[in-house]
Order: sequence, then C-alpha cells, then structure tokens
Amino acid sequence: MSLSGRLAVAVASSLASFSAAAQSRYNFQEPVTEIAGQIYDLHILMLIICLVIFIGVFGVMFWSVFHHRKSRGAVAANFHENTTVEIVWTVVPVLILVGMAWPATRTILEMKDTSGADITIKATGYQWKWGYDYLQGEGEGIRFVSNLATPRDQIEGRAEKGEHYLLEVDNPVVVPVGKRIRLLLTANDVIHAWWVPAFGVKQDAIPGFIRDTWFQADKEGVYRGVCAELCGRDHAYMPIEVHVVSADAYSAWVAQQGPRQPAVEAEAETEAETEAETEAEADAEVGTSDESKPAGV
Amino acid sequence: MTHALEKYFVPEPSIYPIFGSVALLLFGAGAVMWLHGIGPGPLVLFAGVAILVYMLFGWFGQVVRESEAGLYGKRVDKSFRWSMGWFIFSEVMFFAAFFGALFYVRVLSVPWLASGDNEALLWEGFTQAWPSAGPNPHADPFTPMGAWGIPALNTLILLTSGATLTWAHYALLRGDRARLKLGLFLTILLGVIFLGFQVYEYFHAYADLNLRLDSGIYGSTFFLLTGFHGLHVTIGAIMLTVMLFRTMAGHFQPDNHFAFEATAWYWHFVDVVWLMLFVVVYWL
Amino acid sequence: MAAVIPERLQEHHHGAHTGLMRWITTTNHKDIGTMYLIFSFVMFLAGGVMALTLRAELFQPGLQVVQPELFNQLTTLHGLVMVFGAIMPAFVGFANWMIPLMIGASDMAFARMNNWSFWLLPPAAILLIGSFFVPGGATAAGWTLYPPLSVQMGMGMDLAIFAVHIMGVSSIMGAINIVVTILNMRAPGMTMMKMPLFCWTWLITAYLLIAVMPVLAGAVTMLLTDRHFGTSFFNAAGGGDPVLYQHIFWFFGHPEVYIMILPAFGIVSQIIPTFARKPLFGYASMVYATSSIAILSFIVWAHHMFTTGMPAAGQLFFMYATMLIAVPTGVKVFNWVATMWRGSMTFETPMLFAVGFIFVFTMGGFTGLICAIAPVDIQIHDTYYVVAHFHYVLVAGSLFALFAGAYYWLPKWTGHMPDERIGKLHFWCSIVFFNVTFFPMHFLGLAGMPRRVPDYALQFADFNALATIGAFGFGLSQLIFLWAVIKCVRGGEKAAARSWESAEGLEWTVPSPAPHHTFEEAPVVR
Ligand code: HEA
Ligand code: HEA
Ligand code: CUA
Ligand SMILES: [Cu+2]
Repeated sequence: MSLSGRLAVAVASSLASFSAAAQSRYNFQEPVTEIAGQIYDLHILMLIICLVIFIGVFGVMFWSVFHHRKSRGAVAANFHENTTVEIVWTVVPVLILVGMAWPATRTILEMKDTSGADITIKATGYQWKWGYDYLQGEGEGIRFVSNLATPRDQIEGRAEKGEHYLLEVDNPVVVPVGKRIRLLLTANDVIHAWWVPAFGVKQDAIPGFIRDTWFQADKEGVYRGVCAELCGRDHAYMPIEVHVVSADAYSAWVAQQGPRQPAVEAEAETEAETEAETEAEADAEVGTSDESKPAGV
Repeated sequence: MTHALEKYFVPEPSIYPIFGSVALLLFGAGAVMWLHGIGPGPLVLFAGVAILVYMLFGWFGQVVRESEAGLYGKRVDKSFRWSMGWFIFSEVMFFAAFFGALFYVRVLSVPWLASGDNEALLWEGFTQAWPSAGPNPHADPFTPMGAWGIPALNTLILLTSGATLTWAHYALLRGDRARLKLGLFLTILLGVIFLGFQVYEYFHAYADLNLRLDSGIYGSTFFLLTGFHGLHVTIGAIMLTVMLFRTMAGHFQPDNHFAFEATAWYWHFVDVVWLMLFVVVYWL
Repeated sequence: MAAVIPERLQEHHHGAHTGLMRWITTTNHKDIGTMYLIFSFVMFLAGGVMALTLRAELFQPGLQVVQPELFNQLTTLHGLVMVFGAIMPAFVGFANWMIPLMIGASDMAFARMNNWSFWLLPPAAILLIGSFFVPGGATAAGWTLYPPLSVQMGMGMDLAIFAVHIMGVSSIMGAINIVVTILNMRAPGMTMMKMPLFCWTWLITAYLLIAVMPVLAGAVTMLLTDRHFGTSFFNAAGGGDPVLYQHIFWFFGHPEVYIMILPAFGIVSQIIPTFARKPLFGYASMVYATSSIAILSFIVWAHHMFTTGMPAAGQLFFMYATMLIAVPTGVKVFNWVATMWRGSMTFETPMLFAVGFIFVFTMGGFTGLICAIAPVDIQIHDTYYVVAHFHYVLVAGSLFALFAGAYYWLPKWTGHMPDERIGKLHFWCSIVFFNVTFFPMHFLGLAGMPRRVPDYALQFADFNALATIGAFGFGLSQLIFLWAVIKCVRGGEKAAARSWESAEGLEWTVPSPAPHHTFEEAPVVR
C-alpha cells in the first residue's frame, strides 16, 4: 500500500519535527504560545488515535481482502448479525471520543478566557489591509495601518520573489514578549479573519461587532500570518506580521511611535474611510462603497 | 375482488413541465434584469409569469380531468395525501428560517450590539429595546405596528375563515352542496378581507408610521414575515376559488374530494403561521 | 373500477413522442433517471474544468493564469456546480432508475412532476453558468455566499440566488416524489425492513432535503432583500448580524453534506454483499445508524463557525455533537468490513470502487473528526486542510460511490457488461491521482496555507505543484469513465438478467436492459 506507506512517512517526519526550529512542512508551525502548544499536542493525539483505529480497521479489511477471495477458494459464510460485537463497536468508539473531548474541553476554556490582559489591541479588517489601535496598556494611543509590502512586480512575475513573499507588511504589529495581549477584532466592510498560526489564534473580524481573543508569546521573533476569511479580490494579499520583542525594545518602539509621520497619515486616511462608510451604513448599504464594488457593476 | 394491488395510474408524457421550466428561467432572468435596470427586464419577468399561469392551468386542468374520470384509485389518493403533508412541512421549514432570524435578532444580536465592547467601541449609546432599527445613528425613526388594531381583527377573520371552511367540509361530507358552496364562498370572502386589511396596513405603515422595509431589522423581519404570509394567503385563496368553481361544476363526492381537503390543510397551515406571527411579530 | 374514459383524455394516448420531444415530455422513470445522470456528468465536467483552472493558477506562486477576481468566481462556481449540479442530481438519477425497480413499483409516484424536477435543472444551470458572462462576472463570495461580501457582488450573485431557488424547488419535488414512492408504491410483501438499503438511505436523504432546502431558500431570499430592498438581516448597523446568515446557511449546509453521502452509503451497501457473496452484516443497525446520522446532522451546524467567536458553551456543544456522528458512521464502516469478512470475494470494477470508497472515505471521516475538535479547528479552519477533508469525503466518498454504482448497474441500464479492463484502469488511475492531488493538501493546510487564495507564500510551492499535477491526472482519468460508458452503451458482452453472480434484489429479476415499462403488475415478495 503505497498510500499508507506515504502516510506513515508523513507522520514519522511530523513527529520527528516536534522540536524542529524550522517551519514545518508536514505539521503545524512551531507553537510559541501555551495555547498553540496545546493545540499542537491535541492534533498529534488525534492523529495517533485515528491512525491506530485506521490501521486496525483496515488491517482487518485487507486481511479479509487477501484471504477471503473466491480465487483462493474461499467459501462464503452466512452470518449477518451479532449483537455482542455490534454493541462493542458502538460503545468503544464512544469511550474513545470521550477521551478526545476531555483535553479539548480544557483548551477551549482556556482559549476563551480573555481576562487579565496587559495590553489591549484592536485590529480592524479593511479590504485589504489591517488597522491597529493600541487601546490600553503600554503604548496606548498608537494607531497605524498595515499593508502588504511585497511589490507588485514579484506577484506578477516580473521580479524574483523574496523570502517572505506575501507574508511581509509595511507596519508590523509590535508586542512585548511574555505579556498577555488581548486582541479585539472588528471589520469595516466584510468579514476578515486574523490568523497567526504560531500563536494558535484565528478569529473572524465581523463588521459591526467586536470579537476578542488573546495570546501570550513566549519567544521573541517575527511571526507571520494571513487573513483567513474570503474577503474579496485581494484576500490573498492582506498578511499579518507580528514582532515579539523584549520589554525594553517594546518601550523603545512605543517612545519612537509618537512623531512617526506615515502612521498618522495612514490613520487620517482610515478615518476618512470610516466616515464614508458610516454614511453608507445610514443608507443601510454597509459594504457597498463604490471603490469596493467589482469592476463593471 | 381479489387482493391484488390495483394498478397505479402513470400519466402519459406531458408537455407541461417544460413550460414550467421555461417560465421559471424567464422569471429568474427577468427579475435579475429588472433589478439591474436592464431594458426588457419586467417584460421578460411577466412573460415568465404568464407562461407559468398557462402551465398551472393546463397541468392542474389535466389532473382534474383525470381525477374526475376516475383514473386515480385509492393508492394515488394516498400518494396525494403523503405528498401534500410533506409539501406543507417544507413550507413550515421555509417560514422557520424567517422565524429563526427573528428569534436570533431579538434574543441575541440586538442585545449583543447594545452591550459590552460592541456598545463601548462601536455603537456608543445604543440601548437594547424591541422594536429596534439597530444601532445606526442615522436611522430614520418609525412607529412600530400595534397588535390590537387591524392585526387582532385579522386574527379573528382568519380564525373564522378556518371555521367556515371546516363547516363547508362537513357539508361536503353530508352531500349538502348548497352549504358547501356557501362555506367556501364565505371562506374566500374572509380571506380577501384579510388581504385587504393587510394591504391597508402596509399603506398605513409607509404613510403614517414611517415603517418601511428598510427600517432596520424590525422593518425587515416585519415585512418579510407578514409579506410571505400574505403571499401564502393569496395562494390559498386562489386554491379555494378553484375549489368553489369545481364545486359549482359538480365535482367532489363525499368519499372522494382530496383536492378540497388538501386546500383545507393548506388554509389551516396558513392560519397557524398567522397565529405565530401575531404572537411574536405584533404582540410580544 | 375505472369508468368510462372521456374522449378528450383519449387523444393523449397517441403513441410515444419521438426524438427530442420524447425526452422533454417523458414521464418514464428510466428516461428521467438517464437524463439526470447525463446532466450531472456534464456538470461534473464543467465543474472539473473550473477546478483545473484553479489548479493551474495554483501550480506556482504568483499570478499566471487568472486574475484574483476570476479565481474567486471559479472557486465559487466550482463548489456550487459540483454540489448542486453534479453530485446531488447524480444521486437523484440513481434514485429514479433504481428505486422503482428495487421495490417493485411501476414508476415513481408522480411521474409528471418527476419530469419537471429534472427539467428545472437545465434552467438553473443556465442561470448559474451564464453568470460568468454578465457584467461583473459570476459571484465570487465562495459557495457559502457569506454576506457582507455577497452583498457587494454584482449581477452574477442575483443569478446565483435565483438558480439556487430553482434547484431548491427541483430538489424538494424530487424528494417528495421519492418519499411517497417508497412509502406507498412497494410491491406486496416488500416490508420496510426488507427494503434494499439504497432505498432506506434515499428515504432518509429525502427527508433531509425536504427539511433543509427551504431553509436555504429562505437564507438566499434574505440575501436578495438585503442586496436590493434595504433590509438589514445581515447588517449590524440595522440590528442584524452577518453571522446570522452563517447559522442559517449551515443549518442547511451540514445536513446537505450528508445528503451527498447517505445515498453513497446505500450504493456501497448494495455492492459489498454482492461481491462478498454474503448477506449484508447488520442490516437493522445500518438503518438505525443512517437515521442517527440524519438526526444528529441537525444539531452540529456551528462546527463550521468555530472561529466566528461564539461563547465557550456553544463551542463545546457543537464539538461534542459533531464528534458523536463518528459513532453511527463507524458502525457502518464496521458493518461493511464484517460483510467482507469470511466472504468469497471477487473484485470486479464496482467492488473495487466500493472498497476504495470505504478506505478513502474513512480517511476523510477521520480528518472531519480532527476538524471537529474545536481548538484544532481554530488552526485549520479555512485552510487547505479543510479542502482536503471535504474532497476526501466528496470525491473519494460520493463520487467514487457514484462510479461504483454506475459500473454495478450499467448492465441493467444498457444490457451490456462494462469492459472490466477499462473499468479497472479507471479505478486505479482515479485512486492514485486522487491521492496525489488531495493528500498533500493536508500538509498545506497544517503548515498554514489558507483556502480561496490565487497566490501563496513560497514554502507551499512544492506541494501545490504536486497537487496540480495530480488534478490534471485525475481529470484525464475521468475521460476513461466516459470511454467505458460509451463503449458499454454501444455494445459488449450481453448481460443476463442477474448480471452479477450473486446479486440480490428485484432489479435483477427483470431482463437487461430493463424494458421501458417494468412491474406493471406488481411482483410478490416473500
Ligand atoms: C460528503 C460530505 C461530508 C461528510 C460525509 C463529512 C463528514 C464529516 N465532517 Fe465535514 N465537511 C464537508 C463535507 C463532509 N463532511 C464539507 C463540504 C466541508 C466544508 C464546507 C466549506 O466550508 O466549504 C466540511 C467541513 C467540516 C468541518 C468544518 C471545518 C472548517 O471549516 O473549519 C468540520 C468540523 O467539525 C467537519 C466535520 C465532519 C465530521 C466530524 C464528519 C463525520 O461525519 C465523519 C465521520 C466518519 C468517521 C469518523 C470515520 C469512520 C468511523 C470509524 C472507523 C469509527 C471509529 C472512529 C472513532 C471513534 C474516532 N467537516
Ligand atoms: C462536490 C463535489 C466536488 C468535487 C467532485 C470536486 C472536485 C475537485 N475539486 Fe473541488 N471543491 C468543492 C467540491 C468538489 N470538488 C467545494 C464545495 C469547494 C469549496 C468551494 C469554495 O471554497 O467556495 C471546492 C474547492 C476546491 C478547491 C479550493 C479552491 C479554493 O479554495 O480557492 C480546489 C483546489 O484545488 C478544488 C479542486 C478540485 C479538483 C482538482 C477536483 C477534481 O476531482 C475534478 C476532476 C474532474 C475534472 C477535471 C473534469 C473531467 C475531465 C475533463 C473535462 C477533461 C479535460 C481534462 C484535462 C485536459 C486534464 N476544489
Ligand atoms: Cu481579509 Cu481575507
Ligand atoms: Cu458540517
């Protein structure tokens, strides 16, 4: 069976890359938050349980396929029910499922607990960029817009693609390491989703509503994510870049933010857009501002 | 009589379905053209409707002829019963989508919008209430529709129409054709009066209450629920009218009148939907 | 009984129409079944060409073949066409052909309405596929049509809405027809618990259809009024909620995926016993398992919405309920394996596809279960992992079962045995290329590639290239099927009434090909 062979190779290599530093090819990216770690382990657990059942069930099936064939002179038996085995293979799976649900429940409750934040940041999805608003904690008042930084030429194949093709932005989010960050999400036009795999965070940004989630990165570094909800033409082109830095570096970044010109400009631009949007909403036409309509309409 | 199964009637090839398909194609295409202001949109749409009407007349006419010719035995009758029952169930599920939406906005989304971060960061000052046009600061104020005027009267009218229809049914079972006709006629009349009031109510809403389809979520749910109900009353009244004409043509026997019964089921279903509407849309 | 037939009815009794008019006016369940099957195959090719265009664009990072707007349109229409145009009508085609034959009925309960159910599909397909050619193009909001994005769309979206309405009407009428046929037209002695499992699974599927198609109609109607008439169902400013649409859609959408798999379970349950030469293991538990799956399917919908930010209690409820579905589905898998156990098996093409189905569908089921674990789903939602999951259950599940059923009943339809060599080639090419296409998508999703994107980061390049190569191989393999069917229609080894050595059931008691009219006198089942 080439297939199960490949499956085995895949699983073996994913287990091997458990602690690999490089971005994984076969499994989740290396987790840098407690939650992402739990998710990683949950997935491995699920994979192993499913694999064991799979091998068990198809072991039996293929044994039968090879041995109980007519060409090998097999004569068909005639049984067609057996209450005992039927009860067993109903009850045992239930027990296995309970075993899976238990750790998952714990993780869910932890993920959903957004209390006790050190810093609160609001992220707003726009077609097709992210706006960030530091609401509370160190850095309060910082606002900027974060756009894709990959040049058009790379996308259209006129230039060599860079290492972080499509995963780089002009103004990354900066947060201090080891601090609990509460993230509020909303959107201005259509639904977007803020996703950074290494944090185990994916949360839809829904226009007109605020949703929250949280993360606490344990390791400094640059972590990259993408918008994960189809949001129109440039859905593939609104990445997320988070720089997790030391407390000192963070303070320095905050101090440096004040006079930064482009951010303020960008903010003004966003403000104008929000205004136009509210007008549109007044006509009960949220999300139909002209610029976002597809061409030809 | 043997116990052998009676032969099940299988109709001859029929030209009507394709008319229905063309009709719906024109209807859909015409509606889209109309919505986007493309030239002959309304024309295409009404051509579709006309063909649909032709098809319904022809098709049901043929069913009636087959039925009167005694081609449908007991088994076909049973098929009709099953199918009408499940058709009504599908209609129930259609309304369920809209009732579900109403429930969701009343119990969940409006309170959410008026509390916590939603209120603090996005819709400052929005308070929870029903009826609501939502947190839009530019919303046009409106007066909600009261329950105890026309709607209450309409409830009475529909309930009475249910009773007159049942009365007509008993007359049919007894073979009392005169009362049957009278009962049917009264039922239709009540249905039409109901619709008249409904139309008046809509005018009233637009003219005096400033309550419109675009008056936020209250207007949306109000008009879609009552509107689809009104549409069903209209269809029911048309069905009843057909039954009246068929009665006058001497159709239906005390032991064989499923078309009448199906119409009655449908009418009662429309009644029940109204009662629910009355409670959750107008009253509470 | 029947009294005098009036003259004006008689005039309809002239002989059958010929040529095109025969197909347009037919009330014969076999003709209608054939039309359904042909229609669905044409739609499969159309949806497949769209998929190949997607795959061509995804062969390398960067934009090469199509621009993002068109890419999103293709993704959306690929999903809609495959689901509503290919898979669902194909199963209805099987139901039309086989259910009357299996229960000993002369035809479907409402033969004229049956014709309309089919003939509503071409108009719907015209609206849907025609929307590519209107200003602004087809809708590009994904097959799930989430607002507010779908509210932004142009004319193509309205065409899609009306197409969905028409297909809904067709499905509801078809489902009612099937329910009534099964409940009311069984031959004497054909009790419910003697009925072939294919009929059982379709009966339950039909109930699902009647219950959820109207809900979908309601959802898209609200989209239409939000788009054009100023309502605010899905607009927070007016007090609505975009997520409300998702609830309504998935209340339809999750039962919908079982609508596409339960009849497949039925087909496989017919085939395995035939080629294992042994009765189906656990017939009664199969019936109960199917019903349980159907009932559970109504309370799991929000597992598609774990990232919308619902309260923890909601996540827990929907996670537990979803996981439970593994139990009745497992019962089915175990029953099939137990049926093969100590059988006397041969592996003609239908059996190959059936065994392939069990093997690969179960992989898709397991990935479904992994999706059901809410914290894990937070990571894999809207990634290629989900794309892999549902192609495992839809392509290797529904589609493979359809192929299995087609090879199984082709002798009954055409009177000729399908060519085993071609059939086996089709199977092996399909299963190999299927896995080459979709297996790498698991890795893509885990590593972080989102779905519905025309372009992606560099680390996903090699698996995408592999998937694209697989997709073209898989697509070409489907031409082998076309070849097998055409060859079988044209000629080949004559099929006996009982075309497979130990096939059981009333359909094998009538000659092959099945005459135009069968069971006009009901058979008696002991
Ligand atoms: C034929 C169609 C089909 C079928 C049968 C299924 C079956 C299942 N699906 Fe799938 N699903 C889809 C079609 C289907 N799905 C589609 C189209 C989507 C995406 C829609 C979109 O977003 O566009 C989707 C998405 C989807 C999601 C959302 C993912 C996301 O978007 O984030 C989830 C989450 O819970 C899920 C779960 C399941 C589960 C638990 C099953 C279960 O029914 C599977 C049960 C089977 C087994 C588990 C295997 C056999 C069992 C045993 C051998 C017994 C022993 C096992 C144990 C005890 C573990 N599916
Ligand atoms: C219902 C059944 C069904 C079926 C059968 C398929 C079949 C296939 N699907 Fe898909 N698919 C969906 C249902 C289905 N799909 C759904 C619901 C979505 C989600 C849409 C959304 O996100 O909104 C989706 C999305 C989807 C995506 C993700 C798109 C995105 O996120 O942007 C991809 C990408 O690879 C894909 C690929 C394929 C391929 C390669 C096949 C192949 O199996 C197709 C094979 C068939 C052919 C290729 C045609 C036959 C051959 C010819 C016509 C001859 C010519 C051929 C050659 C010259 C080679 N599908
Ligand atoms: Cu924003 Cu996708
Ligand atoms: Cu689902």
